[in-house]
Amino acid sequence: MTITVMGKKKEYPDNLTVKELIEKENVESPLYVTVSVNDQFIKSETFQTARLHDGDTVEFLYFMGGGS
Amino acid sequence: MGFSNEQMERYSRHIILKEIGVKGQKKLLQGRVLIVGAGGLGAPAALYLAAAGVGTIGIADADDVDLSNLQRQVIHTTADIGKPKVISAKETMQAINPDVRVNAYRTFVMSENVMDLVRDYDFIIDGTDNFPAKFLINDACVLSKKPFSHAGIIRFKGQLMTYVPGQGPCYRCVFREPPPPDAVPTCRQAGVVGAVAGVIGALQAVEAIKYLVGAGDLLTGYMLTYDALKMEFRKIKLPRRESCEVCGPHPTILKPFDYEQKACDLKS
Repeated sequence: MTITVMGKKKEYPDNLTVKELIEKENVESPLYVTVSVNDQFIKSETFQTARLHDGDTVEFLYFMGGGS
Repeated sequence: MGFSNEQMERYSRHIILKEIGVKGQKKLLQGRVLIVGAGGLGAPAALYLAAAGVGTIGIADADDVDLSNLQRQVIHTTADIGKPKVISAKETMQAINPDVRVNAYRTFVMSENVMDLVRDYDFIIDGTDNFPAKFLINDACVLSKKPFSHAGIIRFKGQLMTYVPGQGPCYRCVFREPPPPDAVPTCRQAGVVGAVAGVIGALQAVEAIKYLVGAGDLLTGYMLTYDALKMEFRKIKLPRRESCEVCGPHPTILKPFDYEQKACDLKS
């Protein structure tokens, strides 16, 4: 299936879960990333069970605490 | 309020813009912006807002200028080392533009003082360097119905979003609660490019100016992310979170509160 991850189209095996995508994408601080799929936030409690579908658009939002 | 010849000249590049003009420049001169943090984000934001003629600028920070700040905190100079950051920032802003009144608050922003601080301002810029402060500012602005710009920076990256009461999601919609201490790297641990702080802080100033003059579209409902290594900006749509503890329909946060913060992280 083709999904769009952070604006880039990518091929991934069918039935991929959000947790598996986080691993494959080498997301930094994977426990603390916010994920949206098709402009809806996915609860972190469901990363393991939430499955992605062909055509989905996924965004990762990262904590950035710096400013000083 | 009429403009002096000097003001007409000083602000001529604003006045010539159809989105600002004389009317917009008056709004800027009557505008009140609070900048929390006189650091990497707050420094460029303060410089541009002062130069733009924002009439009242509040700046809050408890720290003194340190040599390691000068790589990015461009409002301070080598001669300012050891001086309270808010005093150094005030002197620079007033040297740039005597039209600007600067209120310097040499204090940490905490739950006890945040509501009083934001009350007197039209727009708030979050230039803080830790998650407890970012959540505190979010909650205080949502509860006080004040618009604000959130931003964060690390290494070669930055992000920002704008909250306007009644529009779009708040910072807590996106991130819920601060990560545990040390779960996510800080700039002190990971570093940051000074110019990246400049890019993002300047964008926060742009949002404040647009809000005050009522021009264009704000970053409400979007997170703008900047990756300097890839030289890529992305605008990511943010949904609202119905269950949001502070801006949702059934809020459980009814007044600001402090998350615990290790004392060593409080200093920037």
